[in-house]
Amino acid sequence: MSTKKFMFVNRKAPYGTVYALESLEVVLISAAFEQDVSLAFLDDGVYQITKGQNTEGIGQKNFSSTYKALGDYEIKKLYVEKESLEERGLTPDDLMDLVWEDEDDDWAEKPSIILVDRAEMADVMAEQEVTLSF
Amino acid sequence: MAMLHIVNKSPFERVSFRSCLNHAKPGDSILMIEDAAVAAIEGTSFTEKLKEAMTDKSVYVLGGDLAARGLSEDRMIDGIKSVDYAGFVDLTVENETTQSWL
Repeated sequence: MSTKKFMFVNRKAPYGTVYALESLEVVLISAAFEQDVSLAFLDDGVYQITKGQNTEGIGQKNFSSTYKALGDYEIKKLYVEKESLEERGLTPDDLMDLVWEDEDDDWAEKPSIILVDRAEMADVMAEQEVTLSF
Repeated sequence: MAMLHIVNKSPFERVSFRSCLNHAKPGDSILMIEDAAVAAIEGTSFTEKLKEAMTDKSVYVLGGDLAARGLSEDRMIDGIKSVDYAGFVDLTVENETTQSWL
């Protein structure tokens, strides 16, 4: 099977709508097909990967820890847009430490989050063969 | 006639929050729930607009919705009050009417 460049574009905050969770489900399914998968987090999508999410107060399942498992599925390119963070009063320090293990480098943990500016995000989007929007 | 305005959309995604602020009257209360909770923290592109409204209106946020999105209450704009579901109910009782900005 040929490999294609897939990008999942995440633009919505988690919990208020089901988009974030649905995206994550499809991302995990896509991992089984060994495609070149990357994720983009921009606009309100950046709230999906904030650290310290606590859903006890709203009675919904906290699925934020699932993002930490993406590295184990060879999903190691999570593009995050700087401007989207800034507009929301956030910094990269507010995001979870998401990593993948490099088997060619003694399983060293490497960061999955790639901080890009808006123009760079546009370039990454333009390179994709398949884009799925959530 | 004090009114409670309930907003559930992020101000960065929809215009409903902005529209709410443009229509709420002095003395009214505004409660941010669900995705609107993200507006409660200091230093966003919406902070100034919200602070302007806070000069003559009370602003509340549902604390559980803030925590769910990884935002802690110590980052809230000064003057915003965090409430739980019981506080939500109290607000609906304290105000004569409510309006939801969907």
